[in-house]
Amino acid sequence: MRIELVKRKEHSQTMALLSPLIAVGLTALAAGIIFSITGHNPLIGLYKFFIEPLTQQWSLEATIDKATPLILIGCGLAVCYLSNNWNIGAEGQFVIGALFGSMLPVLFPEFENGATLPLMLIFGAVGGALWALIPALLKTRFNTNEILTSLMLVYVASLILDYLVRGPWRDPGGYNFPESRIFSDAATLPEIFDGAMSLSAPITVVIAIILAVVLAKTLKGFEIRVMGESPRAGSFAGFSAKRLTLFSFALAGALAGLAGTMEVSGALNQLLPSISPGYGFTAIIVAFLGRLNPIGIIIAGFVLALSYIGGEGVQSSMGVSNEIASVIQGMLLFFVLACDTLILYRIRMVSRRAPAGEASHV
Amino acid sequence: MVQQDRSGKDTLLDARGLTKRFGDILANDKVDLIINKGEIHALLGENGAGKSTLVKMFYGSLEPDGGEIIWDGAKVDIGNPAAARELGIGMVFQHFSLFEALNVVENIALALPNPGKMADLASRIETVSRDYGLPLNPTDIVADLPVGIRQRIEIVRCLLQEPQLIIMDEPTSVLTPQEADQLFLTLQRLAEEGCAVLYISHRLEEVKRICHHATILRHGQVVRECDPTKETPASLASMMVGADVASVSASEQKPQIGEVRLGLQDLSAPASTPFATALNKISLDLRAGEVVAIAGVAGNGQGELFDAISGEMPVATQMVQIDGTPCGSRNITWRRKKNAAFVPEERLGHGAVPGMKLSQNIVLTRHSTGDKLLTGGFVSNAQAGAMEQRIKQTYDVRMSHDDPEARSLSGGNLQKFVVGRELDRKPGVLVVNQPTWGVDAGAAALIRQALIDLARSGSAVLVISQDLDEIFEIADRIAVISRGYLSAAEPADDMTRERVGLLMAGGAETQEEVA
Amino acid sequence: MFEAVLLTVITAATPLLIAAIGELVVERSGVLNLGVEGMMIMGAVIGFAIANQTGSGTLGVIAAIIAGMAMSALFGFLVLVLVTNQVATGLALTILGIGLSGMIGEAYIGVPGLDLPELYIPGLSDIPFIGPVFFQQDAIVYMSFILVAVVAYGLFRTKLGLVLRAVGDNHGSAHALGYSVIRIRFAAILFGGACAGLAGAYMSLAYTPQWVENMTAGRGWIALALVVFSSWLPLRVVVGAYLFGAVSVLNLHAQAVELDIPSQLLSSLPYLATILVLVLISANRRLTLVNTPACLGKPFVPDR
Repeated sequence: MRIELVKRKEHSQTMALLSPLIAVGLTALAAGIIFSITGHNPLIGLYKFFIEPLTQQWSLEATIDKATPLILIGCGLAVCYLSNNWNIGAEGQFVIGALFGSMLPVLFPEFENGATLPLMLIFGAVGGALWALIPALLKTRFNTNEILTSLMLVYVASLILDYLVRGPWRDPGGYNFPESRIFSDAATLPEIFDGAMSLSAPITVVIAIILAVVLAKTLKGFEIRVMGESPRAGSFAGFSAKRLTLFSFALAGALAGLAGTMEVSGALNQLLPSISPGYGFTAIIVAFLGRLNPIGIIIAGFVLALSYIGGEGVQSSMGVSNEIASVIQGMLLFFVLACDTLILYRIRMVSRRAPAGEASHV
Repeated sequence: MVQQDRSGKDTLLDARGLTKRFGDILANDKVDLIINKGEIHALLGENGAGKSTLVKMFYGSLEPDGGEIIWDGAKVDIGNPAAARELGIGMVFQHFSLFEALNVVENIALALPNPGKMADLASRIETVSRDYGLPLNPTDIVADLPVGIRQRIEIVRCLLQEPQLIIMDEPTSVLTPQEADQLFLTLQRLAEEGCAVLYISHRLEEVKRICHHATILRHGQVVRECDPTKETPASLASMMVGADVASVSASEQKPQIGEVRLGLQDLSAPASTPFATALNKISLDLRAGEVVAIAGVAGNGQGELFDAISGEMPVATQMVQIDGTPCGSRNITWRRKKNAAFVPEERLGHGAVPGMKLSQNIVLTRHSTGDKLLTGGFVSNAQAGAMEQRIKQTYDVRMSHDDPEARSLSGGNLQKFVVGRELDRKPGVLVVNQPTWGVDAGAAALIRQALIDLARSGSAVLVISQDLDEIFEIADRIAVISRGYLSAAEPADDMTRERVGLLMAGGAETQEEVA
Repeated sequence: MFEAVLLTVITAATPLLIAAIGELVVERSGVLNLGVEGMMIMGAVIGFAIANQTGSGTLGVIAAIIAGMAMSALFGFLVLVLVTNQVATGLALTILGIGLSGMIGEAYIGVPGLDLPELYIPGLSDIPFIGPVFFQQDAIVYMSFILVAVVAYGLFRTKLGLVLRAVGDNHGSAHALGYSVIRIRFAAILFGGACAGLAGAYMSLAYTPQWVENMTAGRGWIALALVVFSSWLPLRVVVGAYLFGAVSVLNLHAQAVELDIPSQLLSSLPYLATILVLVLISANRRLTLVNTPACLGKPFVPDR
């Protein structure tokens, strides 16, 4: 018995829609098995993990809070991955963005007016973009592998954050705790709908929709898709791979930096030694689960946000380690990638004689 | 079709009813084939007729769905290439099965069941290769070798296995006429020694010259067998196609030559990678109304020259001129706006994006050429669709349903599309690299005629090709590229195949150095 | 003093060396497995857990190797059989490995670990200077020496190594000649997994004999960079690993001599050095293009 792939003549539109759903289904199945192995009722576990957070207002709000940065970062990463630029350093761009965005409230706490918040958001986006441009420039200038450099910069970024909140940016009236001063009201992202969500949520949705239109309808979107699938054809079309690398990294960095600023300005209200539960990495899963399509990413962002809240839920009510959330996230990405195979290939089970092309002398 | 009974005690390979299916396509349909000892047997057919599929089953890299193979009187089951080699079947691949990063000995050792010590093998390679007139240096790295030598490695690799049957897929497509003559001598010697050769070729002249027997495939079935020495290339061609092949009319109407539309002036460019070819002071004036062809063996700088003319590889401004405007440093979009158009050698992955629909692939080269495809940065799918319909009808691009993805088209249809996409603009300058490589005869004739018609309407057409038949069919002037040097373009009527062959083998370079 | 510094360098370099030499074999076969970090951390947690449960360091090491191989088998199935994108699948492996290790390791946080004993080799260990530095080490350090020798010899002096390099250079040709590209690559991936698992075991059983979440701290990624640095040559991996080992212990020794530099800067040195080294190597296009396995990261689907 052996699995054989038969290439389809064209992409299957049906499978493109179905594959994320199949992946989520398989992940739920695998998660159920893990619950059983660790001695818990799988049905209750799955309910608490995936469904219960949706039934209560506070957990629904928490889910939206977590989904927002994931969607924003995921959208930027989608542009990178579509154009074959492997930015896996969004976590670092998120952190540096947050640092840039926090410059005003931390270093100039007196600067309080209507411009404070917009300036912070702009600074955040610029900071994230600059940090992302480092691997992009190294790639275009020296042909350096962007996967490794963007990831190394994540470690560097968290060390910079650690240094600042323990050193120069520590709250002078904070009893030596490693944290910055609390942001003033002018530097705090307002909540809307009676505190149901932060302003960051609608900002994120608007950005995702704009990006969806750009990708589907414009020449820039066309360029991004062509370069990802066939760089040689892209250069034949007159597109520059190097410029697109800089563009996509800068865009992804800007969105991650914006997310970072909105996180410290809204959810945390100050800088701490750690400001992200791995959003930058989880957003990679969000981007793929959303099939690198901003609208799909909005949905995928919710699914992954649910896993954070669900993880806390099963920990407090069932005593399951909340690390199960990251296990489920990892499995989800595996299943998404495996199911995407169905878009380009049909799978055939073969049980016959030794396959062609097997050497006997190896 | 009545087939003469050729089986006898000299029969080496007897294939009976071989069938192979790929999805919905029947690639081989009950194929019968007999190869006798010491026979050079031609296997003819258009692209997609099923020749490669058939020989891959003989070599064990494909598994038949039906039928049987009798080898030397016994039924055999050739499960993999190693088993084929054990039986005494060797294969010289069209696109080679070599490893560029490895040296000659290593490449050969990989095909031998017991290569033994590398040093011993190296001396055996030297002896055998010299003995057959195909000398090789065992320690050379393949990446540094020209295609002609690479083919020698493949052949010597076969010879070291002391085969009874050698399968050769389009062996002369990468050789100069002189190198091909040397190959024919080797094949004749092998045949005299009792080794059989199964010879796949498009070049019917040479089939007539060296083959003893021919089997013709069409749509996966054997349609004819014949003695090629008693046929003409034209009669062989009509057997392959199943109808008379429309001939292209070039030289009947003498072109009205106008002013220079594409000028190359001392075009030089260093090799961009260790495996690329540097261009050396290439000069050429391409005038309105004419078709100029550049002949040459693959890998002598054709791709680099194309990239420099198209703008994918920028060079100094003065080196390339379109209608008198220097533009060597301009990008491809700028040159397209100056009414130049380009068709690269590789259809999928360069000329077209495999996974995108044809209408999207129109946007690829036409987005800035004033076809109303763009409004304020937004792409008009309606306009792209309309253009796709127009090109499909004008250039007879056949597809199973409307607007399919590029990769689902057959080679010939996709080539009609990528050429049609540019011809549709009526470009002033058209540069085509390998216009009919791997394209069936019908589509090739259509494309060649369209290129000539474009030139006669006042445009300048530059064709880069490895196919001498094609070049002599359509070119008004012929130049030859060799190791990045280009010979002067001379009127086609004054050129002979022998002269082109000498230039291909390096004469172009020396001519340049003397001049 | 110098001997002591050198000892810490070897300790810091060994996990990098083992993981990198495994990944080198994988990449030579034409596969890019970015999941080294994930396989390594799984090796660390499983090695620690089994050693802790059984009281046997040997069993711990074996379990770690098996864990690394199991993770790599998952990767191999996806990229070879289902032809998924190698970059994304490697990332998934790392994310999954970090999550799983956190879950498994929760019970072992703060539990005192088992330190692998130093093995004394009569003769070699007695050589002045060289003996104490290189030959009074634990078994995994010796295994790293052997691994390098075996890979360097095997890759360039045996038929198997030739086939492996051939598959990485041109999988189409290898397939045409009748080699099973998928089987050979799967074997290479398993070897890489075993090495990463062993490297992980060294982290939790020798380097710091305890389990700390995320304790590999990017070493899997640095190992990947080392393979690029070495331009796919085993002996250069040794040089790279020891250089990086030296950089990463700077922190330790700088604190000892009370230098007034923020510890965060010193901690970030290995990552900055990785970037610098990658830039220097890749700027030399001739070197990288010639040595990079031509099929690295490219999907292979045989026609049947």
